[in-house]
Amino acid sequence: MGTAIKRVFQWSRPNDSGVSVLEDTSLNRDLLRHIIDFVQQFSTVHPNEASMPFYEPLQWSTSLQPSDFHSEYTVSDTSVESQETDADGRPLLHMTPPHISVRSFSQLSKLLVLSDDRKFKEAEACLEANRDPMLKILGPDVGTEPGQDSSEDKLRLQVILRQLGTQLLGNSVHQFSEDIMVSPVAVKREVEELQGLCGEKKRLKSVLYTSDFEFSNSCRSPPWRQVHGEIAYLIIETCDVGTLFVTCSTDGAFLNGGIGHGRHENAFDRKSEVYRDVTTLLKNKSPHFAEDLMKQDLQEEPQTAQKLQHVEAVDAEEPGQTPRSYEQEEKNATERQEPALNKDLEPSPPNCEIATESLKKSPKSESKKKTAASGSPLTGCTSSHKASPGEGYSESSSESEDDEEIIERRGDSYTDVPSEYWHIQKLVKYLKGGNQTATVIALCSMRDCNLAQEACQLAIRDVGGLEVLINLLDTEELKCKIGSLKILKEISHSAQIRRAIVDLGGLQTMVSILDTPDKQLKCLAAETIANVARFRRARRTVRQHGGIWRLVKLLECAPKPTTLSTEQEKDVEVARCGALALWSCSKSTRNKEAIRKAGAIPLLGRLLKSPQNNVLIPVVGTLQECASERSYRIAIQKEGMIEDLVKNLSCDNQELQTHCASAIFKCAEDKQTRDLVRQFNGLHSLVVLLKQTENKQLLAATTGAIWKCSISMENVEKFEEYRVLQTLVALLSDQPEEVLVNVVGALGECAQRPVNRIAIRKSGGIPPLVSLLTGTNQALLINVTRAVGACAMDPENMAIIDRLDGVRLLWSLLKNPNPAVQASAAWAICPCIENAKDSGEMVRSFVGGLELIVNLLNSPNSEVLASVCAAISKIAKDEENLAVITDHSVVPMLSSLTNTTDDNLRRYLSKAIARCCMWGSNRAAFGEAGAVAPLVHYLCSKDPKVYQTTAQALFQLSKDPNNCITMHQSGVVKLLIGMMGSSDEVLQEAAASCVANIRRLALANEKNRFG
Amino acid sequence: MAEMSALSRKLIQNMAETLSKQVKHFNKTETECLIRLFNTLLGEKTESKATHGLDRGKFRNILHSTFGLTDDMIMDRVFRTFDKDNDSSLSVKEWIEGLAVFLRGTLDEKIKFCFVVYDLNGDGYISREEMFHMLKNSLIKQLTEEDPDEGIKDLVEIVLKKMDYDHDSRISFSDFSNAVRDENLLLEAFGPCLPDLKSIQAFEQHAFQDTSRT
Repeated sequence: MGTAIKRVFQWSRPNDSGVSVLEDTSLNRDLLRHIIDFVQQFSTVHPNEASMPFYEPLQWSTSLQPSDFHSEYTVSDTSVESQETDADGRPLLHMTPPHISVRSFSQLSKLLVLSDDRKFKEAEACLEANRDPMLKILGPDVGTEPGQDSSEDKLRLQVILRQLGTQLLGNSVHQFSEDIMVSPVAVKREVEELQGLCGEKKRLKSVLYTSDFEFSNSCRSPPWRQVHGEIAYLIIETCDVGTLFVTCSTDGAFLNGGIGHGRHENAFDRKSEVYRDVTTLLKNKSPHFAEDLMKQDLQEEPQTAQKLQHVEAVDAEEPGQTPRSYEQEEKNATERQEPALNKDLEPSPPNCEIATESLKKSPKSESKKKTAASGSPLTGCTSSHKASPGEGYSESSSESEDDEEIIERRGDSYTDVPSEYWHIQKLVKYLKGGNQTATVIALCSMRDCNLAQEACQLAIRDVGGLEVLINLLDTEELKCKIGSLKILKEISHSAQIRRAIVDLGGLQTMVSILDTPDKQLKCLAAETIANVARFRRARRTVRQHGGIWRLVKLLECAPKPTTLSTEQEKDVEVARCGALALWSCSKSTRNKEAIRKAGAIPLLGRLLKSPQNNVLIPVVGTLQECASERSYRIAIQKEGMIEDLVKNLSCDNQELQTHCASAIFKCAEDKQTRDLVRQFNGLHSLVVLLKQTENKQLLAATTGAIWKCSISMENVEKFEEYRVLQTLVALLSDQPEEVLVNVVGALGECAQRPVNRIAIRKSGGIPPLVSLLTGTNQALLINVTRAVGACAMDPENMAIIDRLDGVRLLWSLLKNPNPAVQASAAWAICPCIENAKDSGEMVRSFVGGLELIVNLLNSPNSEVLASVCAAISKIAKDEENLAVITDHSVVPMLSSLTNTTDDNLRRYLSKAIARCCMWGSNRAAFGEAGAVAPLVHYLCSKDPKVYQTTAQALFQLSKDPNNCITMHQSGVVKLLIGMMGSSDEVLQEAAASCVANIRRLALANEKNRFG
Repeated sequence: MAEMSALSRKLIQNMAETLSKQVKHFNKTETECLIRLFNTLLGEKTESKATHGLDRGKFRNILHSTFGLTDDMIMDRVFRTFDKDNDSSLSVKEWIEGLAVFLRGTLDEKIKFCFVVYDLNGDGYISREEMFHMLKNSLIKQLTEEDPDEGIKDLVEIVLKKMDYDHDSRISFSDFSNAVRDENLLLEAFGPCLPDLKSIQAFEQHAFQDTSRT
């Protein structure tokens, strides 16, 4: 406490009489308030210590009068004495105004209560008069004084006071962090940032400096204003509150009287309170800006991070090359002193020392300062790791789920060091300095520590234990290796330890250990690799050091499903560990390749027949991880693994079921696999699994598998039998997105069959589907639009969709930035227009809708183009709408697409052209835009689906004579005559009519010429 | 001479037959090989095998050179453990019985073996003093400037904490056996007294192949 009062309080410079007083700063006020609270509660919190007399009284001049004292005091005219006395009968409080002397905390606390609203003043006066209260309270030789009967109390008092001291230091550190000057560089950075917010995002209209000239000290204000700490002036045009004139000064930002806006007399005056920075000022002044910032929560993150940089430690940079006022200098001096002062703190109380140490580093960010405040020796070197032991294997395929990005986070999760920390430190010493026997003992003892606890994991690392453990792996001593790996296996659940192990080259050694004949050692090495290889660099290391094929070799045991000997059991265990490691490794694409090349697939296939769940889980885990690669999917199917996967769908372990389902999910992209799943009765197992609605991962995998399986119509029939649709519809609410995506995907596939469309309606699936159209998840939107589109093919469904305004929702998805969503929405729109009543009117009612869809013809994505063409061909059925889209120049846009080679697009494009011919002079316009000749070539396309629509388009176009000529020149007749022989009647008719038109024109021509 | 060796071969075969029935882990031929090896080790005084046995020095030589044990005290204890009748020499039977555990013992047998080795005074407990004695050379590098014994004492406490299940400050056989079952690494907690896998393989290969040639 003494040190805190001496150092932390901000004292003024000594005045004439050499006395310095407490400055009236917020820091001081805060600290005083803290001390007052402390003293007032002292009697109740520590009753014993409160009555203990001080070594020397605290004396100061008080503003209290004898009249302020009531009972418990002997009051005379000129003096007051407390009735409470010490052992010798001397009163603990004695006052002869204005002098007062107090000798115990109980009296101090009563006094503060008495002084009521003057307590602040009293406390201040007391502290000013007693610069080292610790010395007076406890005496010069604290704790060492023998013979004193109350020495134990004294010791306790000492501890309490030190705690207070620590708290005060902590508080003040917190204060500094907010009370730091703004530097010109920070202002510059902030202004740049704010300028970034102008324009597109429309948070602000503009942010400008009043002066383009920047002085060499980075200030833009004139030197005579720099004296006042002013750095630059800004003119900020906001979107809502007009123009703000802002002064940026070392104290922060405030509004001025209009600098840069004509000549005002009091332009430089402060017109608002001082905010920490310009952003804060704007937040307070412009509601629009504040709201916008709030909205962009995600972007807010990095911004706050940047904001931290604005607050620079004072000693970083000073604006003042120019002369500055005395006041300013003074202020800087005190502020600059603070970090330095703290260095000098006597490090007597242990906690205090830590606080100072952290301060020495002159913390630049607030987070660091908080560390100092929370003050534990560990916080500086630890972090909270996110990986809990169980978490590891549930993560799914994407590589982005690496813990690559984990940085040392400063956790404040625990405040004191666990006792095991010191124990571990000792054990590591034995590891370093002992022979084999001592090492083994130390290793065994270390295993008794709670290695799952982060503190222990980091303790091992911090005292250099990790290096020793890894070095032990390089020795010849089997026992040491085993013991070391047992520990490494445990602690490698921590992300930081994993990283450290890789950095120390531990993975290489472990990989080479895989060659050992000792099975236990092999297992441990593989399991540890499985733990360590959770991030990309580690996985790469394993691959580059030949770990993959070594691991694959571990799989080469021959487990006979029946009784196993002990030796064989060990082999199975080796295989299990190998699979575990491969599973971790298989999260990298290159590793998947390497695993396949090492010949793992048949081995995995063999292990897949194992009856043990603990073997199956890593095996299936690896398979499902790898099934993202096509080569694996083929291999899984070819090796006959689908049967085993299907079989395990009905096992009793949910994790295994999840992996099996998700392997099927991935593999069922392939038609043959889907058939196999059906043949092995997997569809029924999947349907049974749908009941496990609690386990979301399992549910996601199951619904995924059902989705992919339902791509085959035979499977859909099966599903109908099992009445899956009703179950799926029930899953449309209250499920996480990854489940919803799959459920909706499955519904979309099932609804390709008309009976299911009715079933979906009857089980009430339409409203939830339509409401999902408002979502944001792209994958979900793609599936929902597909499902809604499929449902809309049923007129009764369409009525519901229409009532729910589903078409409008679909239409608005055309604005989605993702082309896949656009296309899917456009496809869904087609049946809607087809089946809605008054669809023409409905489409017209979407303001700007037609323009929107026509403009999508500019998309570079051919799927979008095809879907939009399809939609346009539906829209164009309504004449009025056709007129509108013609006005939006649909004709030239369609014409410009005619050179495509994409058969799918060709098909819908010609359909759209055929429809659009129906209006006005569009036929001629298509001809002029050069659409005719390319269309003729469509008839040579390989896809027969193109022919029908092309023939129809040509027929429509042939009603214009000029087009006929073009067609004829392009050699259409021969092609059309071929088409006339088709079995497709529509095609026949269109082709024949087109030829007829051409012929008629030729006849008319001849007639003209010869007639 | 040929008759002699034929005779002795017969004898050896008979002995091997009886011994292999008494001792686990070795079959008859293996026993025979070990008897031959025993005889070779004794030198050429094969005929008087009943009275003479393998003495301490020879046996320690074997432990050191063949099985890679180094600690004098432990080797001594291993000899005593082999020497069941305490006559300071190993008979053929003791040799084969001992090797059976030494080379191929189950975990239980090894636990028993090691405990006897470590129980220096044979009172059925491994006391603090015995541990200290066995561990006193285990710290290669002195940890601190202070009393070197401090480190050892501390190590003994660590072991006790780990192995003394009944908290009587000494390790009984059941303590030892429980602890080792719990953590196999503790089998040779007080110093190596069993051969490692490599030397076992080397020895067996040498012993069983070598003699089969003759």
